[in-house]
Amino acid sequence: MRSEPVVQVQALVKRYGTKTAVDGLDLVARAGVTAVLGPNGAGKTTTVETCEGYRKPDSGTVRVLGLDPVRQSAALRPRIGVMLQSGGVYSGSRADEMLRHVARLHAHPLDVDALIERLGLGSCGRTTYRRLSGGQQQRLALAMAVVGRPELVFLDEPTAGLDPQARHATWDLVRDLRADGVSVILTTHYMDEAEQLADDVAIIDAGRVIAHGSPEELCRGGAENTLRFTGRPGLDVGSLLKALPADCSAAELTPGSYRVVGKVDPQLLATVTSWCAQHGVMPERISVERHTLEDVFLELTGKELRS
Amino acid sequence: MTATGTGMYTPRPGAAPLPRMIAAQAALETKMLLRNGEQLLLTVVIPTLLLVLFSTVDIVDTGAGEAVDFLAPGILALAVMSTAFTGQAIATGFERRYGVLKRLASSPLPRWGLMTAKTLSVLVTEILQVILLTVIAFALGWSPQGNPVAVLLLLVLGTAAFSGLGLLMAGTLKAEATLAAANLVFLLLLVGGGVIVPLDKFPAGAQDVLGLLPIAALSDGLRDVLQHGAGMPWGDLGILAVWAVVGLAAAGKFFRWE
Repeated sequence: MRSEPVVQVQALVKRYGTKTAVDGLDLVARAGVTAVLGPNGAGKTTTVETCEGYRKPDSGTVRVLGLDPVRQSAALRPRIGVMLQSGGVYSGSRADEMLRHVARLHAHPLDVDALIERLGLGSCGRTTYRRLSGGQQQRLALAMAVVGRPELVFLDEPTAGLDPQARHATWDLVRDLRADGVSVILTTHYMDEAEQLADDVAIIDAGRVIAHGSPEELCRGGAENTLRFTGRPGLDVGSLLKALPADCSAAELTPGSYRVVGKVDPQLLATVTSWCAQHGVMPERISVERHTLEDVFLELTGKELRS
Repeated sequence: MTATGTGMYTPRPGAAPLPRMIAAQAALETKMLLRNGEQLLLTVVIPTLLLVLFSTVDIVDTGAGEAVDFLAPGILALAVMSTAFTGQAIATGFERRYGVLKRLASSPLPRWGLMTAKTLSVLVTEILQVILLTVIAFALGWSPQGNPVAVLLLLVLGTAAFSGLGLLMAGTLKAEATLAAANLVFLLLLVGGGVIVPLDKFPAGAQDVLGLLPIAALSDGLRDVLQHGAGMPWGDLGILAVWAVVGLAAAGKFFRWE
């Protein structure tokens, strides 16, 4: 799946008045699922909307499927699917009516009834858009993005505000799209969403990409991992520390609850358990925590993602 | 993640043929309009009520002859204004506000195709209005005269003039402001545009100004032809043409899609 880039953004700058929303952003997205991750106001939506042809770059270049989204819009539009962050549907139309309409604008659309069933929109019946629940509105917008059988789908915060069940339904659809060879660019401020779905993650802050790679690469890169266990309160942490490699730290967080931070590998785990055996300690609830994207983001920006 | 999919979503992109896209868009727009209660009130109920009421009850002095002969042309002008201006402005304003225009702008339908579809939808609605109002007017004893080509030309230019102004409003103001302003303008032009109150009831100075309004030009032109059997009302057609050119050019320049 690692082929030609589906999206190439170089040195993109976009200002609104005096505010710079995107500030020299570079992004290469290849086939598969790319998550654009960042806090609110980081420039995610502006970047994606520039790729969709809605905004003209102040400077820099944007190519989507090899095309200029503004000047070659007519050639590009049939090949992409767009899910806006909100709205996009006549308030007086019914879900199936709007979906059928978007299907009619395409040459080889999906079977609308199958898609309605797949996304659980059948229960919307004759309800008009404005009276649908938030989750139903989101799913309709998602269906509208894929019904034209595009090569590339842009999803702007596809699961914002959804309940866990609806989120998982959306994730399943994204996985199905990927498996069928549809590329997906999605923006999100949910770490787990990026970790679950993305082949590549671009972390954006203040209008720039500050880290880019697969979730595994990002979580591994220089980051330290954590090993936790519980045992008898008041163990000699100094003694444990002496047994560990030099770059590790150890602490008793609460009585009986211990944490070791460092490069957690099989050797380290063996060192900790053999120290426990020597000291007659039964380590319970021993756990190894992989570094998460959340931690990576925090380290890179000093900010919480969901602030 | 699984490596093999169901094949359901395998890409097969492509735009539908342009005529099919425009026809589908026009059909949906018309359906949305006919489903909307407030729009029907504006485009169907009010013109019908005014026609029946003022034709049967002697409230306004409409001059010599049958009242319906004076009123029917004015009400036809009102019908055109209600659909091409007020209705289109309000609907388009809210479509802009709710991101419908934005979403459609990234669909295979080109922007000019969307505008063409809107115009078709307006024309279809007007045809339905004209049929309904004509039938009612005949039932009330209307006896129209004149050249149908002149009538058609007036209706088309009037539609163009009102569409330009309506879209200019929808594409520049907030949806709520458009809603309020479009209704207010509708009401003011209904009273001051020679629709049911003859313009010669106004002071002489005001008459000259009011006569330049698109609604006055349209109702005056229609009345000249349908009531008095005049030939081509070039003066009124000229006024409408100027409004059409100015309105559509301004809408084209200032219309914002989101």
